Amino acid sequence: MSPAALSLRRIYAMVLRHLYLLRKSWVRVVEMAYWPTMQMVLWGFIAQFLATNSSWVAQAPGVLVSALLLWEILFRGQLGLALSFIEELYSRNLGHLFASPLRPLELVASMVCVSLVRTLIGVGTAAALAWFLYAVSIFDLGLPLVAFFANLLVTGWGVGLMVAALVMRHGLAAENLAWGAIFVAAPLSGIYYPVGVLPPWLQAVAWWLPTSHVFEGMRAVLIGRTFLWHELWNAIGLNVVYLVVGAGMFLASFEGARKRGTLVQIGE
Amino acid sequence: MSPAIRVVGLSKRFGKVEAVRGISFEVARGATCALLGGNGAGKTSTLSMLLGILLPTAGHVSVLGEDIARHRYRVLSRMNFTSPYVDLPKRLTVEENLKVFARLYGVLRMRERLAELVERLEIGEFLRRPYGTLSAGQRTRVSIAKALLNEPEALLLDEPTASLDPDVGDRVRAQLAEYQRHAGATLLIASHNMPEVERMCSAVLMMRAGRIVDRGSPGELIARYGRRTMEEVFLDVARSTGPAGARDADRATTA
Repeated sequence: MSPAALSLRRIYAMVLRHLYLLRKSWVRVVEMAYWPTMQMVLWGFIAQFLATNSSWVAQAPGVLVSALLLWEILFRGQLGLALSFIEELYSRNLGHLFASPLRPLELVASMVCVSLVRTLIGVGTAAALAWFLYAVSIFDLGLPLVAFFANLLVTGWGVGLMVAALVMRHGLAAENLAWGAIFVAAPLSGIYYPVGVLPPWLQAVAWWLPTSHVFEGMRAVLIGRTFLWHELWNAIGLNVVYLVVGAGMFLASFEGARKRGTLVQIGE
Repeated sequence: MSPAIRVVGLSKRFGKVEAVRGISFEVARGATCALLGGNGAGKTSTLSMLLGILLPTAGHVSVLGEDIARHRYRVLSRMNFTSPYVDLPKRLTVEENLKVFARLYGVLRMRERLAELVERLEIGEFLRRPYGTLSAGQRTRVSIAKALLNEPEALLLDEPTASLDPDVGDRVRAQLAEYQRHAGATLLIASHNMPEVERMCSAVLMMRAGRIVDRGSPGELIARYGRRTMEEVFLDVARSTGPAGARDADRATTA
């Protein structure tokens, strides 16, 4: 077939098919601008901080790698939970599941378990690689690692449940949130730089994230050799709120799907 | 004894569309009843409301004596269903899928039950194949195996033999009828397949545009419409040429 035989009409029809979809889905539109914005903001702050504080990194060469690994716990925890739910949508299996005696909170619990497994596999591999490549062991954090790990995982579950709720509400149009939602927290959490680097108004926002307290705590352990108990309690308190809000959104979305009849036909 | 299924004034509205319009019916325990109607008649919405996966706009549903709105989880382990609108995880094998659902339904003696269903529904040859690689007919048989896993007292079947060839369809119908007799289960079948309805069902609820427009046994309906087959009755109802008073059939009577 020659290129001339290609039909502009058919090509336009397929473009239109996606434009129709886009017009109905603000989620897809937001997602388009999301990644470039987040990456730019995150690395902008990193560059700004390193320009004036390069000796800080030299004090604790494992800080950046440890921060990256802890970030992966959060990301993989959230992603693992959200993808477990999205898998059911791909399979068109929700109708079978919710017509069985399975309760929504049991499904949530199962997603949490799957998320834990996925996180251990993902982060475990990365942690081993960090030790092999950079001689940085995340276990140098000692016992506080357990507290950081647990808190980041719970934050990931809270956000993952919010994402699953949005996917149940908006269908697979919201699927990309699973990959991107947590990155809203990245620039504000002080993963690679202290929260103090942020402008004061953003700091005020950052302290409402459990992750900010975890990463501040991590730096205190690695650089100051001290464990900040108040940061731990702040993170735990905020995580309770995130988890309750996430579970509440998921259950509300489930009830909404029962009203709309989308449990048996949810899709794009 | 209370009926297996009791529906009173059930309605479902999706925005401006009224999918189900105040229907009432009962299905006696151990009966096999058909919900018959064309596309968009409200059959699938009705079945979904019986399962509690769709919330009614108005009305009341009880299954096996339990109010679905309030005590859904008490009764779901005693029910099951199949529908062409839902699927099973495609990357899991047939066996893995059945094991997952056997656990969800709390099936005792899982291995024995699976072996029994594998033999009865002749799904052994593709038991270890991923569900997604099966033909439509094979998938239907697996769905029916999943629906029979927990030996349900009430079985809701949405187009159970729609994608089966006549031979396999016939064997599946025989299996369902045998299961119904053996377990004394109540079957509610949404179908377009008139010979299937005539063969399996002792009662028929005719639906059109969200209403039950007539009801009776296949023999009664054929006689009432002066026709020879249920297919002809179906066409009469679909084309609104039923007997006078047929629209008044929306009353609670035991099917």
